[in-house]
Amino acid sequence: MIDVKNLWKNYGNKVVLEGINVSVKEGEFITLVGASGCGKSTFLKLLLGTETASKGSLLLDGKPIKGEPDSDRGIVFQQYSVFPHMTVLENVIAAKGFAEKGITGLLWGRKRKEAKAAAERMLDKVGLSSSSHLYPHHLSGGMRQRLAIAQALMGKPRILLLDEPFGALDPGIRKDMHALVLDLWRSEKLTVFMVTHDLHEGFYLGTRLWVFDKLRHDPQAPDAFGAGITFDLPVGQTDPKHLETIEENMKEFSHD
Amino acid sequence: MKRLLNQQPSSFTRVILGLLPFIILIGVYVIASDIRLEANPNDKLLPSIAQMSEAIQRMAFEPNRRTGEYIFWVDTFSSLQRLMLGVLLAASLGLCIGLLTGALPLVGASFSPIITVISLIPPLALLPILFIVFGLGELAKVALITIGILPFIAREMQRRTQEIPHEQIIKAQTLGANTSQVLIRVLLPQLTPRLLDAVRLSLGTGWLFLIAAEAIASTEGLGYRIFLVRRYMSMDVILPYVIWITFLAFLLDWVLMKLKDRLFPWQRQGGHS
Repeated sequence: MIDVKNLWKNYGNKVVLEGINVSVKEGEFITLVGASGCGKSTFLKLLLGTETASKGSLLLDGKPIKGEPDSDRGIVFQQYSVFPHMTVLENVIAAKGFAEKGITGLLWGRKRKEAKAAAERMLDKVGLSSSSHLYPHHLSGGMRQRLAIAQALMGKPRILLLDEPFGALDPGIRKDMHALVLDLWRSEKLTVFMVTHDLHEGFYLGTRLWVFDKLRHDPQAPDAFGAGITFDLPVGQTDPKHLETIEENMKEFSHD
Repeated sequence: MKRLLNQQPSSFTRVILGLLPFIILIGVYVIASDIRLEANPNDKLLPSIAQMSEAIQRMAFEPNRRTGEYIFWVDTFSSLQRLMLGVLLAASLGLCIGLLTGALPLVGASFSPIITVISLIPPLALLPILFIVFGLGELAKVALITIGILPFIAREMQRRTQEIPHEQIIKAQTLGANTSQVLIRVLLPQLTPRLLDAVRLSLGTGWLFLIAAEAIASTEGLGYRIFLVRRYMSMDVILPYVIWITFLAFLLDWVLMKLKDRLFPWQRQGGHS
């Protein structure tokens, strides 16, 4: 589904990503981990279309991926990804409305009724049906992320991008969110990319783990080399030893 | 005894402390006016409260002998009409300009520099031009108020648009939204409460331009009246008019504040999420 061929990304002289070659099949759940500033978020932005590659190509079904966000790729950010001026239900209905052509994307009559029913079903799935009339500022962080996920899924994306979606949540709530995401991934047949700080999260969630790290390191010119994917592991069949080595590697470089 | 830094007034003392300066001010005025009127009953500088209420009684509740109008209310009505029209025009134009320049980089690139330059022109310097172009009628006065506060509102709206987290705009696009949908459904509703804030801030300037325009060329209006009676040193009219203008300004501000809370329940606690 997605093919990455010799992908490079640099900002001026600062090389962020270098020589990435990888391909992804439909339905995979990939977690991206790495120290901060290692380019995993940049890679996600390339997938999203808010950044473009400096060199190489990023192909979706054999065609270059679009250079601006569209409904193929859904996104959930760590924060700010729901609309504060709409209630929970309106947020999800708006997702349906934006899929229509038109100046406002407002829905009327039968279409609105259908969208409302679909939105209610979706809220039920993520466990927010009892809060549908509230505004986002009344919700807890976990509920807000549930809403953001529900909204993203209403757009029926093929690929779901998660940019540290649970970074700001308590560990207990994070567990619930993991269960929710796994459940939705299976039922909606999505391809998921999730960026996370938490290596354990990456190891126990999903089918494939990518570790982003610098392949070469020049202490005199820290910006000269970018990061690549240093580990590409199928999750579920790996040795716990691997986790330790990667963890150690990440610690080593977390100072840069 | 706590440090002065940490001493909080109780709600009762807070009210008393707040009223105290007003009471002192009125007290000082009454005493000073008494002293002056004692020395010279025809003194015009500090009229007594009785003289002022008599003047207002005459202007607000008795028809004018020559025209049959209630001057006070005619003045109030025409001033408020000019102010509202000017502010309304500036607010709607400013909202459109700010939204478009803030949200669309191409529009922003072409309009931001000219808005910055225009906002540097002192609006009063344009008044003669406005009088020449629009004549001495209502249009010139409304135009002065609009031109006076439009740059502020437009720039404020532009800044507020850019302040809205970009994540929301990206999110809307991943749901399939086109440019106009993002502008109308995501940005515009979040700007309206901020527009009310900007209008509240610019009302003070609006009054300034209103009174200036009325002082120069007008036949009625609050600003016109105080500048007219200045010739006769009628402090008994000027002072109540100033208090009335202050009260109107306060009232407008209060109404806008209440309107904002009422209309936008989603933005009361910080807003962004």
